[in-house]
Amino acid sequence: MSTVKAQVTERTNYLNADYGVRSWLLTTDHKRIALLYLISITFFFFIGGFYALLIRLELLTPAGDLVQADTYNKLFTMHGMVMVFFFLIPSIPAVLGNFLIPMMIGAKDLAFPRINLLSWYLYIIGGALMCHCMLTGGADTGWTFYVPFSAITNTKFVEAGLAIFVAGFSSILTGLNFVVTVHRMRAPGMTWSRLPLFVWAHYATSIIQLLGTPVIAITILLVAAERTLHLGIFDPKLGGDPLLFQHLFWFYSHPAVYIMILPAMGVISEVIACYARKRIFGYSFVAFSSIAIAVFGFLVWAHHMFVAGISLYSALVFSMLSYAVAVPSAVKVFNWTATLYKGSIHYDAPMLYAFGFIGLFTVGGLTGLFLAALGIDVHVTDTYFVVAHFHYIMVGGAVMGYLGGMHFWWPKISGKLYPEGWAKLAALIVFVGFNLTFFPQFILGYLGMPRRYWDYSHMPEFQVLNVASTAGATILGIGYLLPMVYFLWSLRYGDPAPDNPWNAAGLEWKTASPPPTFNFDSDPVVTWEAYNYDEIDAPHIQEAPVGR
Amino acid sequence: MADSPIAVQGTSHQVHNPALLHHFAQPEQQRNAASLGMWWFLATEVMFFGGLFCSYLVYRLLYYPEFAACAKTLDWRLGATNTAVLICSSLTVVLAVWAASMARRTLLVVCLIATIILGFVFLGIKGKEYHDKFVEHHVPGPTFSFEKVPIPGHPGEYANPQRAQIYFALYFIMTGLHAIHMIIGIGIFTYLLIMAWKSRYTPKYYTPIEIGGLYWHFVDIIWIYLFPLLYLIDLHK
Ligand code: HEM
Ligand SMILES: [Cu+2]
Repeated sequence: MSTVKAQVTERTNYLNADYGVRSWLLTTDHKRIALLYLISITFFFFIGGFYALLIRLELLTPAGDLVQADTYNKLFTMHGMVMVFFFLIPSIPAVLGNFLIPMMIGAKDLAFPRINLLSWYLYIIGGALMCHCMLTGGADTGWTFYVPFSAITNTKFVEAGLAIFVAGFSSILTGLNFVVTVHRMRAPGMTWSRLPLFVWAHYATSIIQLLGTPVIAITILLVAAERTLHLGIFDPKLGGDPLLFQHLFWFYSHPAVYIMILPAMGVISEVIACYARKRIFGYSFVAFSSIAIAVFGFLVWAHHMFVAGISLYSALVFSMLSYAVAVPSAVKVFNWTATLYKGSIHYDAPMLYAFGFIGLFTVGGLTGLFLAALGIDVHVTDTYFVVAHFHYIMVGGAVMGYLGGMHFWWPKISGKLYPEGWAKLAALIVFVGFNLTFFPQFILGYLGMPRRYWDYSHMPEFQVLNVASTAGATILGIGYLLPMVYFLWSLRYGDPAPDNPWNAAGLEWKTASPPPTFNFDSDPVVTWEAYNYDEIDAPHIQEAPVGR
Repeated sequence: MADSPIAVQGTSHQVHNPALLHHFAQPEQQRNAASLGMWWFLATEVMFFGGLFCSYLVYRLLYYPEFAACAKTLDWRLGATNTAVLICSSLTVVLAVWAASMARRTLLVVCLIATIILGFVFLGIKGKEYHDKFVEHHVPGPTFSFEKVPIPGHPGEYANPQRAQIYFALYFIMTGLHAIHMIIGIGIFTYLLIMAWKSRYTPKYYTPIEIGGLYWHFVDIIWIYLFPLLYLIDLHK
């Protein structure tokens, strides 16, 4: 075994195939592009995190003392825009999806490798615009940039909008590549019913990216035109209709929340199956619930507008449809839980993240149902309750899924094992820090603390919960820094990873770690079902699990 | 780990085909991928223009009299001519695809040139219309003016200039974005022309002509909707 291992580590792989800067910046290898994305989104994650830190510091005391109102508006605006458009939307798809989808379906690359590279450059151009915008003053519209305010504010909205516009095209191109790849590049024997659920989830995500993102693009163009020429399209003073803006915005932005969560759900399906050593319970239900989410997700947008003056009848319909969209999400949660039943569960770090995901996503989803109820929404809309709701899903759910996935596939990506003990500790810290940060916000919102205020000195009784939240954020920050430190550490000092350290099913584990440039030494042919853990663990072919 | 469980398939494509990219197994797969990609891209374009058509619909229902009055100020003859020009160009595109599949290089080149020329004719006529609007101060912005324009079918009533400005904002954004798509289309066809000139396309490989053609047809179809929506409101009144 050891001789074989030595041989494995010395083989040419996608990392050591070439070293020049050009070979990275002009690469069309989906794995290298995934790493380019990894570095860029990590950069933006820390920028977004920095803004979050400032927001939390301001809210430590009731008085608006650290920053002024205008600055505070910019802080939460840039925080939201950076985190949503430059971190969370590209996170799992552009990094893990890019790296894994071709391997999972047995292809040499995505269908359009050059378009894949183009999408990264578009992201970088958008990101550069965003950085320039931040350095020269930033925007103060909130990430939702509602008109008429965004059409008149004298902060830099046009540049921020342009940045989001360009990044949007990067997201469209990634989605286009994935859809075509899943349709056209599957290896012989890789039927739709054998696709890993990670791939199904990304397929559904890509459809949302393709059909939703163009609408936000045109919306941004209209706001920019309104701003520069005062056309009146969105300005009630000139006969325009600001509600139209909200419809267009949420037509994209509600589905966009599923762009953020569906890929994480895909990660969780892989991780749960592997560490419960079982085929996913109800494979086809989990697969089709992704598609159902993509479809229903397009039909609920106006639940963000219940108090904006839409008619009662449409509010009723949108409330009902919002309940419907929770059904496929619940189907997933129940099926993951059922997979655990009688599984032989291993509590490795990725599994801890998966458990965290299930719990936090459930809280986030259930509070979404509170908000979808018309009566309750009137009470808690625009309060910290909404803030807590979406952070439970986006941070508790999606970021947990992203970190879980990064741990699970890190050996494949880097060829190195991360330190298991530290990873477990980090998962624990993230979970504790997260709940301490955001649970108090549910209570704050329920008690009536509005969102987007820098000063709550007329309600000093809110300070205790705000201090708890800031303390939690500090812990959460440490929890996020830790993985970054030990991942980097492992690049140099980590043990070399075997090809399949977790004894996992899936084609990506059947090639070397790190994989060769074209993924497989010979074209794969699939003859087994997805998640065939019963066969993998059957006594006669069991290999000693390595690296545990 | 040495005995990989992956079965070995007959090594693909020994016969090297210059147009076949390394990560595809057969030309057929590559071609299907390209055309599926273009279809999905067009779906995103539908959503892109969809947001505009939706806004148009909202304001047309709100401000119908003004929309009719504004439509009257456009020259429907020029619009109709442009519609005919684009339909002809779609024909030349179809012929180009056919010529490529039949290895008729001269016909292919002629059709591509004709398409490009028709594209320029369209843009020329559109430019003339924009110029007229500019002269009449119908371009939204500080110089916009729409005083005393009668509402068709309602003698003695005049259009509200603010609402009219919304019509013209939509008019310029929609036709402007369409024109940008035309310009991109002309760029694509110029590239195809150069490649066809160099005899790069054979009946076995002419996917670029096909998917370039899909794009061109799509841009035509957008215009087919824009024309009646923008020009033909209450024309008989
Ligand atoms: C389980 C299904 C879900 C339901 C029924 C639901 C429902 C809602 C409702 C009704 C609101 C509006 C609250 C208000 O403004 O008064 C809302 C806000 C929000 N939700 Fe959800 N949600 C669900 C899932 C998600 C997911 C999966 C995400 C993100 C990954 C998400 C992210 C957000 C965000 C970002 C906002 C606030 C937007 C803003 O105003 O800034 N939601 N949700
Ligand atoms: Cu929503």
